[in-house]
Amino acid sequence: MSTYFTEDHEWIAVDGDVGTVGITKYAAEQLGDVVFVEVPEAGVSFGKGDDMAVVESVKAASDVYAPVGGEVTEGNGDLADAPETVNEDPQGKGWFCKIKLSDKGELDGLMDAAAYQSFCEGL
Amino acid sequence: MGMQSIGRPTSPFPSSVSGAETVSGSKGLLQHEDLIFEIGSPDKTGVDLPKPKGGKNRLGGVARQQSTGLPGLSEPEAVRHYMRLSQRNYAIDLGLFPLGSCTMKHNPRLNEKAARMPGFSDIHPLQPQRTVQGALELIDELATWLKTLTGMPAVAMSPKAGAHGELCGMLAIRQALIARGEAETRKRVLVPASAHGTNPATAIQCGFIVDEIKADARGRVDMVDLRSKLETTDDVAGIMLTNPNTCGLFETDIKTIADLIHDAGGYFYCDGANFNAIVGRVRPGDLGVDAMHINLHKTFSTPHGGGGPGSGPTVLSDALAPYAPVPFVVKDDDGFRLIEETEGDAAQAFGRMVAFHGQMGMFVRALTYMLSHGADGLKQVAEDAVLNANYIQARLKTVMTPAFEGYCMHEALFSDAFTADGIETIDIAKAMLDEGYHPMTMYFPLVVHGAMLIEPTETESKQELDRFCETMTVIAERAAQGDEALKGAPYLAPKKRLDETQAARKPVLKWTAPVPEAVAAE
Repeated sequence: MSTYFTEDHEWIAVDGDVGTVGITKYAAEQLGDVVFVEVPEAGVSFGKGDDMAVVESVKAASDVYAPVGGEVTEGNGDLADAPETVNEDPQGKGWFCKIKLSDKGELDGLMDAAAYQSFCEGL
Repeated sequence: MGMQSIGRPTSPFPSSVSGAETVSGSKGLLQHEDLIFEIGSPDKTGVDLPKPKGGKNRLGGVARQQSTGLPGLSEPEAVRHYMRLSQRNYAIDLGLFPLGSCTMKHNPRLNEKAARMPGFSDIHPLQPQRTVQGALELIDELATWLKTLTGMPAVAMSPKAGAHGELCGMLAIRQALIARGEAETRKRVLVPASAHGTNPATAIQCGFIVDEIKADARGRVDMVDLRSKLETTDDVAGIMLTNPNTCGLFETDIKTIADLIHDAGGYFYCDGANFNAIVGRVRPGDLGVDAMHINLHKTFSTPHGGGGPGSGPTVLSDALAPYAPVPFVVKDDDGFRLIEETEGDAAQAFGRMVAFHGQMGMFVRALTYMLSHGADGLKQVAEDAVLNANYIQARLKTVMTPAFEGYCMHEALFSDAFTADGIETIDIAKAMLDEGYHPMTMYFPLVVHGAMLIEPTETESKQELDRFCETMTVIAERAAQGDEALKGAPYLAPKKRLDETQAARKPVLKWTAPVPEAVAAE
């Protein structure tokens, strides 16, 4: 399983042809206390870069973009009642949804952990 | 000696007791107040009427079975409740209101006197037009002032607030594109990163697509980015730009920007929220603007911020004038007349935005303000507004960090770079509450980290500005030193620092009666 990152601070951990998507620790810290999360339901399809989810903190409301295209197989329903999970464990229990990738080639344009870290340091 | 020695002491006793907490919860003469549900109760009534005798319930089966739960209060209880709440209001009539981009200037009482004249206050929008010629003439006169001050040929008077004026301008642009047969292809509206949030919202509402332009290091439109966005032009509907912008800076390239947009076949919408900084000095029409709303409730001193409705007349260029919404006032041999239908002279109008004719009460106030200042006085308004903001920037720049170099326009913008680790803009704002000031606009514009946007307006005296700057200097120095006490502010406000996170995660939107102890114990 390997994890990829976008310049818009989403991560996707890919296992076979299914990827788990969330927002990065950096994004969660920048947002501050997350108060509301809306994740997509299973069965919905997205193209790469489409608005996929919404995350709201005390500071701002932001769209979360699909890092790759595909069909959602599962949304993390637990976040509705416990949005703080996104702050506590953004790259673990705070995952947003699982996507069945339509084209694994779309992963090629994403960053690995090291590249993303240096990308954040440059911000 | 025959001197009177009986009476009360007139000097304070020295006392070491601070007595911060009181039994009643009140602080001095600022009374503590509970929720109205906690004062009254459903089994109490303020009106003591005898129970009706006999009488048959004719509601059939639909009579209410349970109490409404609404509290009963006596008249003095109800009056005091709302008076006490009103004491917690902060208003421009109480003190400096430095809310950036809101132009919270003093509302002259002369405006109020004029607006209360029966010929303006006791008329009805459906009255025969020949009986309200004076009111129509006032609308026409105000329109003339607005057109003259902006150098624009037409104005739609009916929009009821700034964002409504934006909607008016963008709908006029859309209508012009429909008339050109390009409404389906020209969808892209360029909006700078520092724009008021309403700008992109309005563009989206009108069916456009927003394309964000970066700000450069000087806080202005990044011309390189703008030119790159105009490499393809056949999809450009226009640009929405605020000048002076929300960084409090004049867009120095504005004429070039207007030319670039026009060459691309698009229109130039200017957000007029900050017109106070340039009124009488700069005519937007000369800068190539096609549409601009004017916040009468900012620049022309009509009340706002909870004190009164907004009003957003929108000036239009020759290119957009034919599409202006109805109604509008025209003058002919028989006097003043309202064009109400989209036919004849108004055949190309994009439609109607309001039921009647706009905010009449605000029109009266705004024209009163204009006439009492005169054209030269309005010019001085802009000059003094800019002077006051620069005075604040100059006095605070040694203790706070100006976001950009150089002079500002009507508002001074600071970043949070001067604060110690752990102290944020919010802590400074909360400390201002303890000092009796409404905080400035904070965390906006987004292009500046921890932004603090201070707009004093021209109606503050030098003494008031000095007092404000002295207060801000002390707070800023505490923030720079990392004074942890700031994190707990406000200490003197009726409510202490609220937990915004909890309030957002677990909002309590409804009062629920506490369970009586006896029941709870069972």
